[in-house]
Amino acid sequence: MMFAVAVLSLFIAMVLLLVRLIAGPTVYDRVLAVNAFGTCTVLFIGATGFLFERPEFLDIALLYALINFVGTLAILKFFRYRALGDRSGIVDVDEEVR
Amino acid sequence: MGIFDTIIYVLSWVSILSGSAFLIIGAAGIIRFPDFWSRLHAASVIDSAGMALLLLGMMLQAGLTLITVKLFFIGLFLIITGPTSTHAVANAALVSGSRPLGDDSSPTITPEQVAEAVTQTPDPIEEEPSKL
Repeated sequence: MMFAVAVLSLFIAMVLLLVRLIAGPTVYDRVLAVNAFGTCTVLFIGATGFLFERPEFLDIALLYALINFVGTLAILKFFRYRALGDRSGIVDVDEEVR
Repeated sequence: MGIFDTIIYVLSWVSILSGSAFLIIGAAGIIRFPDFWSRLHAASVIDSAGMALLLLGMMLQAGLTLITVKLFFIGLFLIITGPTSTHAVANAALVSGSRPLGDDSSPTITPEQVAEAVTQTPDPIEEEPSKL
């Protein structure tokens, strides 16, 4: 019963975050919503594991917490530099003008 | 069911209920607040209070087992990574020139200056030439 309440409220919060994710005017609003959604997903996986009495789900939640962080930073870096790692193939606009 | 178990049960109910309330408050704030900079506050309610209270409730239910250790590490990672990624989002928005709503005064640092300062810091990709 306790975890049913937690899962239900997490579900409501995730639906509200999805609204902001779709409606967000700028890309930063969307990244913020994705970040909070990821935190909610980690908690949702853990609470679901408790609800169905299979706490092994916590390993998946731990993995998801790490991937969520790296994913947020990757999105931000991509929108800043338009590349994720090797920039040798990217033509720099400033150098082209010079 | 001893008195100790009853206390643990009530405490975990309290922390899970209040954590759920914080989650819904934060999500409603993310929808209702007018601009990006105020939505950051609502997002941090989810990242700190909701997460910590829900994990505390689960820990109290799990007891002294391996599950509690896993929950502790999930909380540790989320505490470290949550503010870091929120800071990254806010910094990226500041560099892009976004300003809080109602900030009509000319900023002491213009977005162009911020962008210039960020561009002049050496890019870690280009910092080390390949030693092939």
